Amino acid sequence: MEKNTRRKFMKTLGASIGVASVAGSSSLLNSCAKIESNNGDKIKLLTSSGELVEVDKSQLKPAEMPSLTEFQKRGREGLPGKSWVMVIDLAKCRNARQCMKACQNHHQLRPEQHHINVLQMQDAEHTAPYYMPKPCQHCDNPPCTKVCPVNATFKRDDGIVLIDNERCIGCRFCIAACPYSARVFNWFEPRDAEKYKGVTYNIEANVPQKKGTISKCLFSADRLRDGKLPSCVSACPNGVYWFGDRNEDAVTNGTTKETVNLTALLKQNAAYTLMEELGTKPRVYYLPPKDRAFPFQEEIKNDH
Amino acid sequence: MEKIESAAESRKLLNKITNDLTRSIVKKDELTRFWFFILIMFVIVGLWGWIVQIKTGLGVTGMRDYVSWGMYIANFVFFVAVSLIGFLISSALHLLKIPWAKPISRVAEQVAIAFVALAGIIIVMDMGRPDRFMNIFLHGRFASPIIWDVTVITTYLAISVLLFYIPLIPDLAILRDKMSDKLPKWQLTMYKILSLGWKGSAEQYKTIYHAMRVLMILIIPVGLSIHTVTSWLFAATLRSGWDTAILGPYFVAGAFVAGTAAVIMVMYVYRLRYGLKDYFEDFHFDYMGKLLVFVCLVYLYFNVNEYLVPGYKMKEADGIHLNELFQGNYSGVFWIVQVAGLILPIFLLLFSYFRKPLPISIISFVVLIMAWLKRYIIVIPTLEHPFLPVQNVPGIFQHYSPTSIEVMITIFSFVAALIIISVLAKLFPVITIWEYASEKGIDKKYLTENDKN
Repeated sequence: MEKNTRRKFMKTLGASIGVASVAGSSSLLNSCAKIESNNGDKIKLLTSSGELVEVDKSQLKPAEMPSLTEFQKRGREGLPGKSWVMVIDLAKCRNARQCMKACQNHHQLRPEQHHINVLQMQDAEHTAPYYMPKPCQHCDNPPCTKVCPVNATFKRDDGIVLIDNERCIGCRFCIAACPYSARVFNWFEPRDAEKYKGVTYNIEANVPQKKGTISKCLFSADRLRDGKLPSCVSACPNGVYWFGDRNEDAVTNGTTKETVNLTALLKQNAAYTLMEELGTKPRVYYLPPKDRAFPFQEEIKNDH
Repeated sequence: MEKIESAAESRKLLNKITNDLTRSIVKKDELTRFWFFILIMFVIVGLWGWIVQIKTGLGVTGMRDYVSWGMYIANFVFFVAVSLIGFLISSALHLLKIPWAKPISRVAEQVAIAFVALAGIIIVMDMGRPDRFMNIFLHGRFASPIIWDVTVITTYLAISVLLFYIPLIPDLAILRDKMSDKLPKWQLTMYKILSLGWKGSAEQYKTIYHAMRVLMILIIPVGLSIHTVTSWLFAATLRSGWDTAILGPYFVAGAFVAGTAAVIMVMYVYRLRYGLKDYFEDFHFDYMGKLLVFVCLVYLYFNVNEYLVPGYKMKEADGIHLNELFQGNYSGVFWIVQVAGLILPIFLLLFSYFRKPLPISIISFVVLIMAWLKRYIIVIPTLEHPFLPVQNVPGIFQHYSPTSIEVMITIFSFVAALIIISVLAKLFPVITIWEYASEKGIDKKYLTENDKN
């Protein structure tokens, strides 16, 4: 039994290595193919979620890495029958920023690049300030995909808005079109460009990032394919995020792993969407920041 | 127009016209060489800047994730705007049978070709991945306004080139036949090829008139489209300051202001440099001045609509944008553009003194600079104030200021436009000889005579 789970772990790890494509993995895996007997040799590996793990060298086998065409094809199709949604409970967010950190690790982002950004908000002059994590809203009427001249950014059947950085021409029209400031651009050579050189581009994580192209939140589509929650959702220590499938009408909390009925959650908490008056039809719902159990620490900055 | 009957008189006058109007082509002096030398130096510097930008990434500019369109896009809008004058002068005024506009047509077309070509080039220089330019054709998605823009701009360039070239064919024949002793061989060969075996028969003239008419009509919808579609690149977004229904006509009206000013300046330079006082006459400047007042008034009307209506309501995001323009960081530029680029020219050009060649050229120069600044404050302030707060990013993300690379590439684009205009002026008459001669009552049969007396 124990052995079995261990093997299973190795298997997923192998896949993760393939997907995340750890630096120098190819030479490492080549050597692994030869050494069967050399037990006891431990090596350190970085998993796709940014964890450092130690593995017995003999357990390593080359992961079956999909080709670029395969990545692109399945990346455009999405996960059949799914309709992903996120619920963000503003009453719980205390600006821990673990979501931002996990996201930047996963998507190989520079410190100033945010797929998810925790903003300090104050709606009107005398209202209470609050923290608002802001990922891409994965709009059902996305202004960004409409304006793309080359169909590099697109909406899949499962609701996720993705970017194909093998095709993006870097015109930045989508940045101008997005009212949520959800998109970032690779103004320079991306972080760790050297390290991930030659690694197959995975459209579902948008890694390796490419200079002169766009990036943004993708609900960690690669992790969803592996049956995991998005990086930010899993990383949150405060139970802010719920994530799930609208077709199943169920969402799971990233911290407590509790699964609840989506409709009931939205109804009981008077959920709303961000700037719904713009007609973008977001897939990210917010629960209002009431009954907060912590004070707002900073001076609110009025900088928009 | 009165007809000149005497053959001798006709020949004499035609000779003078030909000499005057080909002076720009024949004249080769130090100043010309120096001019081209300076321009080419700037082009080299600009191209070097572009190479640096490609190597390092667009991060060498002042643009970042919030202000993601900067000076290049302002240049692009400005170039498209200026190029629209070709359509107004050589098509709209022609079709309205306004005779004084005729000699100005070639100048207007030169300006149109140069600026619309540079609009296309500067947009490529703004791309993050210019190496993937072909994707626009391979994966073009017709729902995107960028594809509409690419379509209409290339169409406009093509029609403008034809509208420049076709009326020149009889002139090219004149150059081919009468300039054999003054011009180098390659140039004569070029004229020979380009004149398409022109003989000057009535049939041929008929074809030319017909082709010109078709092109003049065709260019009207295309001309209106180029700037309307360019405005939609902004109006198609949800951002305050861009999200208005008026933006298309507003851009078109502004374009006529910039283009008229540009043509007046080029006219003045030709008049001075090539001794064309009798061709770009005082009354031409006078009429162009009146035209400038007219288009400025139209633009002023649109400006009042554009700022007064949202300013009256001050909706949240609109209010932030307008405050920034009226009394914030961009108020200096905003007010100087409104006053020096719109109100002062209207006022001054009401007096006939200011419509004389030199004063109006100076006013036009100021108007043109203001027109560029206007594009700058159309593009940038809106992006500096998105709906959501700009937080957790370095200071450079919050306020845009152009870098030296951007300035270099901007100068490059202007200089490249000047090179196109200069080359066209060096190779082709700046006023069509045959049209001008017919205006003066010279029979067309003298044009093709191979007789230099």
